[in-house]
Amino acid sequence: MMANMSLLKNEMPHQDAEIRRNNWEEVALGYSYETAIDEAKRCLNCKHKPCVEGCPVSVDIPGFISKLLEDDLDGANEIIKRTNTLPAVCGRVCPQEIQCEAKCVRGIKGEPVAIGRLERFVADNAGEPSKVNTISEETFKKRVAVIGSGPAGLTCAGSLSNMGYDVTIFEALHTPGGVLVYGIPEFRLPKSIVKKEIDLLIESGVNIELNKVIGRIKTLDELFSEGYAAIFISTGAGLPQFMGIEGEDAVGVYSANEFLTRVNLMKAYDERYITPVNIGNRVAVIGGGNVAMDSARCAKRFGVDEVMIIYRRSEDEMPARKEEIEHAKEEGIKFLVLTNPTKIITDTNGLITSIECVRMELGEADDSGRRRPHVVKGSEFTMKMDNVIMAIGTSPNPLLSEITPGLDVDRRGCIVTEENMRTSMEGVWAGGDAVTGSATVILAMGAGRTAATDIDRYLRLK
Amino acid sequence: MYKILEKRSLNENTALLKVKAPDIANKILPGQFVIIRIDEFGERIPLTVAETDNTVGSITLIAQMIGFTTIKLGNMETGDYISDVIGPLGHPTQLDGYNRACVIGGGVGAAIAYPQAKYLYSKRVPVDIIAGFRNRDIVILEKEMKNVSDNLYITTDDGSYCEKGFVTDRLIKNIKDGKNYDVVLAIGPLMMMRAVANATRPYGIKTIVSLNSIMIDGTGMCGSCRVTVGGEMKFACVDGPDFDAHEVDFESLIRRNNAYRKQELEKLDHACRLYGGNR
Ligand SMILES: Cc1cc2nc3c(=O)[nH]c(=O)nc-3n(C[C@H](O)[C@H](O)[C@H](O)COP(=O)(O)OP(=O)(O)OC[C@H]3O[C@@H](n4cnc5c(N)ncnc54)[C@H](O)[C@@H]3O)c2cc1C
Ligand SMILES: Cc1cc2nc3c(=O)[nH]c(=O)nc-3n(C[C@H](O)[C@H](O)[C@H](O)COP(=O)(O)OP(=O)(O)OC[C@H]3O[C@@H](n4cnc5c(N)ncnc54)[C@H](O)[C@@H]3O)c2cc1C
Ligand code: SF4
Ligand code: SF4
Ligand code: FES
Repeated sequence: MMANMSLLKNEMPHQDAEIRRNNWEEVALGYSYETAIDEAKRCLNCKHKPCVEGCPVSVDIPGFISKLLEDDLDGANEIIKRTNTLPAVCGRVCPQEIQCEAKCVRGIKGEPVAIGRLERFVADNAGEPSKVNTISEETFKKRVAVIGSGPAGLTCAGSLSNMGYDVTIFEALHTPGGVLVYGIPEFRLPKSIVKKEIDLLIESGVNIELNKVIGRIKTLDELFSEGYAAIFISTGAGLPQFMGIEGEDAVGVYSANEFLTRVNLMKAYDERYITPVNIGNRVAVIGGGNVAMDSARCAKRFGVDEVMIIYRRSEDEMPARKEEIEHAKEEGIKFLVLTNPTKIITDTNGLITSIECVRMELGEADDSGRRRPHVVKGSEFTMKMDNVIMAIGTSPNPLLSEITPGLDVDRRGCIVTEENMRTSMEGVWAGGDAVTGSATVILAMGAGRTAATDIDRYLRLK
Repeated sequence: MYKILEKRSLNENTALLKVKAPDIANKILPGQFVIIRIDEFGERIPLTVAETDNTVGSITLIAQMIGFTTIKLGNMETGDYISDVIGPLGHPTQLDGYNRACVIGGGVGAAIAYPQAKYLYSKRVPVDIIAGFRNRDIVILEKEMKNVSDNLYITTDDGSYCEKGFVTDRLIKNIKDGKNYDVVLAIGPLMMMRAVANATRPYGIKTIVSLNSIMIDGTGMCGSCRVTVGGEMKFACVDGPDFDAHEVDFESLIRRNNAYRKQELEKLDHACRLYGGNR
């Protein structure tokens, strides 16, 4: 077969910006069969597989691409699923540009192979994988509890269930999926895709108990005494941070979590659902990460005239994926960089009327390697505003760790773990955002897998 | 799905529902609450558990029908199912170590305050209950409250039943009469709780209120329930719902709880059309 030596990736077809900013349907439409094959031909099937090193879960990238070229979609899917239980999700939301694709040799001169898009194509179009059955007598029937049903919990539960363990996931909310359902919006990750993955997990024997806030309804000790032999904590980093500026308690100030939860989990955009979201004509989103982009793009879809991102550093320092920034701009979202809010001004009813901001300039680089912003003296200015959405970060939720004295956490509230995700408590593992602070879907999944392998090792010896 | 074992009306806009939820019944303590979602399209709303019955594994909810979800709930019947019940949530009320308590409930707040009085009474702590209502038609739980208190005082705004006046009138009278309360627990409308806080402040009596801010998840994830207490931001669902009344910024909370007034009135209109008006 002839390799495709084009320097550029095949473009991803998108819904037109003018149209999509008025609907909630998926923005990126996915490759057609022909495009996928054409893109797959750009892969050189490198012997030393540099791309695989860039993937936190070591997907056998040239392996699945070869199967795709052989027209064996199910085979390709099976290869991916060996190490990545949620390929349809990762193909959409992984920051590929700093992971697998960053290491691809085709990226040295030109653009890398569009690995994420191919992964998505395979996951969306393959049939259901045949069940991997590795049940062994001695492990079967041992029970493991997983707390939280985000990507870390789902992956850990899936891996252990495949090994033959009896796994129960306890989830605080009424729908499983963690940030995949309450945070990342429908137009970037359709909820039907998450649901399909979770249904498969349930079919393979994993129990999911919804509406169970562990720490309140049950303690870790109670789980052990109910017969769970090991526990994996994957409760995420859901605690929203606020800036501590005047006026933050105003009506109309949202944490990004509240705004996104109202929109995504409670489906405020769908009139059949009754949870409201109160949004005016001018909305400021504070922050520069994926969460800020998602909040701004959701606000836009409620028909808001002016949505602006306010970020204290410059665009180069924004932690959001380039693609998300581009998409946001195409949809008409304004960017006000090197700017920081200092005060939210309200009327006598506590409704926001405007916000006061200062200009910033960049100084020396800090620990993170990004240049540190400083306030430009005397640069205060105010802008009319109806809503402010704070997307300045989250930290691990202390609810469970607070009532579990044996569980060590660090200064920031992150659960302390050893290499294999073991915590300070015997029989308890932790992984994902609860350990790292907000990170990525694939890192959370990687932690879930690592923990599952170690839990298996531990339970075999026990 | 959670089955409604019993449903009855306490008055024309207050409903009592006994819901099967054995795990929660087994675990919940006075002052803790649950969040319910009636069905797939429903909103998540917080309700306090007024009573538990471990023989049938049920929790009792008493809801005032003030908006879409509570009206819908009040129109459900014995045998119907509630899609989601999440709890226990929040911290239990700190009820130990007191010598003489005054428990105050305003309107449906009487139902929320009832388990606290019951607990104190069972521990043989002298306890007075002051329960305030707008008029005689909406008086609830009179017998129950009488059974768990040394003295029950009922006040009505219009004087149509028992004493005319507000709960704070009776409270101040009792304090002046030399009832040495070392704690006052007040649950009811924000205006009432603020008035109680102002009444006890000059006497330096420890006063605890249960704050009913607007909630979604109830786990500390959304920040919608944030309140200012002692100048600091707290999340009522995980740090509360009980707080030191003298430290609470009631003005800010009152503004925040009115945030959805407009949409709620529209929904309410819709609910009234659906359920034939319950106000
Ligand atoms: C808006 C937004 C956009 C993002 N976009 C991207 C992206 O494009 N790409 C990317 O890679 N990453 C993205 N991320 C980050 C990514 O979603 C997270 O890193 C990932 O979801 C972490 O997974 P987790 O399993 O550790 O936790 P979570 O997904 O947070 O799941 C934790 C689960 O635990 C439950 N829980 C918490 N406490 C308890 C308890 N006590 N008992 C029971 N259950 C509990 C929670 O309800 C939740 O369901 C985004 C995050 C957000 C918020
Ligand atoms: C911890 C806690 C415990 C509670 N326990 C009980 C209880 O045992 N019984 C009971 O009847 N109610 C209780 N409440 C109040 C109850 O949650 C609200 O009445 C309910 O959410 C209203 O929902 P709705 O859809 O019927 O009305 P909506 O249409 O949402 O609101 C109608 C009106 O009520 C106001 N409102 C909205 N949410 C709240 C709120 N959380 N608190 C007060 N006012 C609100 C709105 O401003 C509006 O004017 C509790 C609240 C909290 C936070
Ligand atoms: S899981 Fe993510 S990083 Fe790994 S190959 Fe797929 S897209 Fe790349
Ligand atoms: S580095 Fe790029 S070209 Fe080489 S195998 Fe990986 S995807 Fe293919
Ligand atoms: S209800 Fe969401 S943080 Fe309290």
